[in-house]
Amino acid sequence: MIAEIGRFLVALAFALSALQLLAGWRAASAGSTPAMQIAARSAYTALAAAVIAFGLLIILFLQSDFSVAYVAGHSHVDKPLFYKIAAAWGGHEGSMLLWCVMLVAIGAALARFALKQDEQLKNRAVSIQGGLQLLFLGFLAFASNPFDRLLDVPLQGAGLNPILQDPALAIHPPTLYIGYVGLSAAFSLAVAGLIEGRGGRAIATALRPWSLFAWTALTGGIALGAWWAYYELGWGGWWFWDPVENASFMPWLIAAALIHSAIATEKSGNFAGWTAFLAIMAFSLSTMGAFLVRSGVLTSVHAFALDPERGLWILGIMTILAGGGLTLFALRSGKLGNGDGFALTSREAFIGVNNLLLAAVAGTVLFGTLYPLIMSAFGVSGISVGAAYFNATATPFLAALLIFLPFAPFLPWKKDGFNRRLALRSALWILPGVLAGLWAFLIDASPVAIAAAAFAGWTLAGVVTDLWHHRVLQGAAACFSLTGRILAHAGVVAMALGAVADSTGRPETVRALAEGEQIGIPGFTLTLDGVRRADGRNYLADEARIVVENGRVSELLPQRRFYTAADTTTREVAIQSGFGGDLYVALGEPRARDDGEIAYEVRVSFNPMVWLLGLGALLIVLGGLSASIGRALNGRRAGMMP
Amino acid sequence: MRARSQRLIMVAVAAVVLAMATGLALIALRDAIVLFYSPSEVVAAHPGIGERIRIGGLVEDGSVERPADGGADFTVTDGAATIRVVYAGSLPDLFREGQGVVVEGAFIASGEFEASTVLAKHDETYMPPEVAQALRESGVWQGEGEQ
Repeated sequence: MIAEIGRFLVALAFALSALQLLAGWRAASAGSTPAMQIAARSAYTALAAAVIAFGLLIILFLQSDFSVAYVAGHSHVDKPLFYKIAAAWGGHEGSMLLWCVMLVAIGAALARFALKQDEQLKNRAVSIQGGLQLLFLGFLAFASNPFDRLLDVPLQGAGLNPILQDPALAIHPPTLYIGYVGLSAAFSLAVAGLIEGRGGRAIATALRPWSLFAWTALTGGIALGAWWAYYELGWGGWWFWDPVENASFMPWLIAAALIHSAIATEKSGNFAGWTAFLAIMAFSLSTMGAFLVRSGVLTSVHAFALDPERGLWILGIMTILAGGGLTLFALRSGKLGNGDGFALTSREAFIGVNNLLLAAVAGTVLFGTLYPLIMSAFGVSGISVGAAYFNATATPFLAALLIFLPFAPFLPWKKDGFNRRLALRSALWILPGVLAGLWAFLIDASPVAIAAAAFAGWTLAGVVTDLWHHRVLQGAAACFSLTGRILAHAGVVAMALGAVADSTGRPETVRALAEGEQIGIPGFTLTLDGVRRADGRNYLADEARIVVENGRVSELLPQRRFYTAADTTTREVAIQSGFGGDLYVALGEPRARDDGEIAYEVRVSFNPMVWLLGLGALLIVLGGLSASIGRALNGRRAGMMP
Repeated sequence: MRARSQRLIMVAVAAVVLAMATGLALIALRDAIVLFYSPSEVVAAHPGIGERIRIGGLVEDGSVERPADGGADFTVTDGAATIRVVYAGSLPDLFREGQGVVVEGAFIASGEFEASTVLAKHDETYMPPEVAQALRESGVWQGEGEQ
């Protein structure tokens, strides 16, 4: 019965989205207040329906109702409670429902909060968002309904892929989805602005807070995913240039460009067309990411339920979004206006360079990710593009970004701003740059990494000067905005230095050890002291006690788990973190030696200064949140929400 | 500055960045492309020693050996041909005999394939697309997973 109610609520949300689309359109075209109220109430009711449907799915998991195909495929009676709940969004159908919940939530938020001063534009955006909801809820209802029943009801359930049994899973997909789906607000507002023939400035003002919030969530989601791969999946690394990772990186880059170009457009009307273009591309690329992750057209190391038919659905949706959005852009971009113009060393010029470089990275990543598909369209199948491509193309542009970053906050809008004072100030940034480069040289970084480190040191000094120079800013809103900028830029520096340090890491050492045997890596000696059973509620486990010596003695307890219900083995890595880096130990398969002794495979690596990457991501997220708060305060003072 | 010349500078800078990105992408692509072979194609095409390729197929039942000091050796088959793979790393948790696998690496002088990466999945709904195609061509498997 619960599943049937859930199915009904999904259909209801679908129908209400259609109403939202039509009523919102009518409200925008005819300026009709009743139509506007109908659109808004449809959006709120659709949100309630979608949230309740999601709640019902969780209840089905709590009840272990295996007559529902999705529950049977992803849960098990023995699963711990927390993971029964998290399993609700651990597979394709459930995560698609979560995606739809967020899409509908954005629709309701647009209806409630957006553009109090321009109801026509707002209604049009609510209507466009209704159209997006219709597409994705249609996909959910007709091609991936989580409430579908099974004819033969199993007693046990297949169990969620055990690598998904981790606290990070509970928050990684929802955070990532807030980011992906949050970009739909920018899409709807840009499309609505183009339809209404609004100027670039109005559109940029409307979409800025939404893009900023979405980008912040996307940053957090990607970082959690990288942390999960490193910590839980035991891959020994955090970024592999895998198609699924690239799928999240591209919208991130485009959204990063968008939040910068939208500032320039709002201030002086410059880059109006570019800002609208980025807003359309960001959500289109998010949708393409969903397509790449779920269709299985590219060989990926990330597991997901894969089904080509569903892939086609998402591809169709993406074609409608990108095709429709860009066609509209081509027809209407003339109305956006030209802006005030700007000088060569104005802030706009530097934001323009930032956007070009970010777009260049996004373009090369897109090309490399899709290259296997492009070639297979020409009949050449079975090509894959290695990580070397992405490292070689993305790194120079990302490093170049750091050269220009510290100047921008000191430059005025529109006018030339490079004077003697700024030249003297930037001379002060050279020394930290040289020191950072020297540090990279001393830890044996590659020439490109040394350059990147030098630019990062330069930028860090620039960010500190920015804080010092602007410390006298008045007002809460300005302070939150400044803090946001400083934190986010400092986070970028920390990420860059972390990536440089990480690039000097050595490949992992793998050796089979019997009790009492040792393995050495520079600076550490590890001895296998013993292995004992450490079974948990729904798994059997071997736990190794490994004694680590590096001046002082400590011990690490990596585990290897076998989940009986899912017939799957996982490893729980043991990590000893320090300022210099992480000692990372994983336990592999046992093997019998000729003399009958049992040796356990032990995988060891030392990952230099991984904490810098985590710190960088944290700073960027905090910066995004701070800037969002500043933005909201600023908007409230000017009489608009948020 | 005049709007015209300003636009010209913007276009010129964009063109330079675009040209750099294209050039860099094409150069990097040449070194980073890895071709996929099925075991039968390897036998027919004889990729050179040291050439980086991917081979996909099924892990032959009973073929996995685990040397006493670590690593693992196994045979990849598509039913028509077999390739012996040596791997010094730690096999992924989802690696299973009789199931699909993709190995990346190069042939060494001994005639064995030295893998640097082993990709494995045993989800019943998933078969790497290249492996599915290779197995279909050799007639071993007629399952779903059509592109």
